[in-house]
Amino acid sequence: MARAATTTDVFNAIAEPRRRAILDALAAGERPVGELVDAVGLAQPQVSKHLRVLREVGAVSVRELGRQRLYRVNGPALRPVHDWIRDYEQLWSDRFDALDDVLDDLKREGAAP
Amino acid sequence: MMDTHTATVTLPADDQILIEREFDAPKELVWQAFTTPELVRRWWHAGRGEMTVAEIDLRPGGSWRYAMTAANGGFEVAFHGEYREVVPYERIVSTEVFEGAPEAGAAVNTMTLDERDGRTRLTILVHHASKTARDMHIASGMEDGLQDALDLLEQTAASLR
Repeated sequence: MARAATTTDVFNAIAEPRRRAILDALAAGERPVGELVDAVGLAQPQVSKHLRVLREVGAVSVRELGRQRLYRVNGPALRPVHDWIRDYEQLWSDRFDALDDVLDDLKREGAAP
Repeated sequence: MMDTHTATVTLPADDQILIEREFDAPKELVWQAFTTPELVRRWWHAGRGEMTVAEIDLRPGGSWRYAMTAANGGFEVAFHGEYREVVPYERIVSTEVFEGAPEAGAAVNTMTLDERDGRTRLTILVHHASKTARDMHIASGMEDGLQDALDLLEQTAASLR
């Protein structure tokens, strides 16, 4: 069930943390699958599976060069979605950083005599 | 593993958004910071403005409302809802309506705290009524417009087939 949702929903496809790691690894330019395996630290079958999901939603495209298949990010199409997740994560990170300060104060109050 | 001090956002199903983070504090303190209006006022704005309303009537059936004035533009951003389940130091289930797009309906948020070795893992699961409502939530924070983004992706996906 979850898998079906993943492949049909662009946001799910892109938001999955390991797929975002693959997209980040592709940000600098196109790469073969072997380099992605090294970059994200997953086994090749997993990387290939994630690449397939990303291709199905148009986030990544591939071209043949000799015997290699080179993957690249579809930048313009991807950016708004990627940006939304990044901004949303940043909002919550900023919120929680401020919350850390509140917690530090509460800990200090608790420790005070 | 992920950096525990960064909030992570994932979309576990097409009508859900999951936010996770770990805090270097026991769950009683995280709970206190989450449920005390004067304390919520200190962090919920995320540095993006000033919080003008933090109303919390923490009991099943009680309501809540948060509002802030954005530093950039001066407009008001407000949310409100109702508590459905309150388990002290463990869990709060509440509804949430974004007043800027009430047509998206109410999401159901489940906040859970899980303490281990003095550190507390916080998760917030935002469960929208439908994928459409989830998409409206995303679209409200998307500068270039959700439909443009989806159209672009669809075109690209079609060209790859």
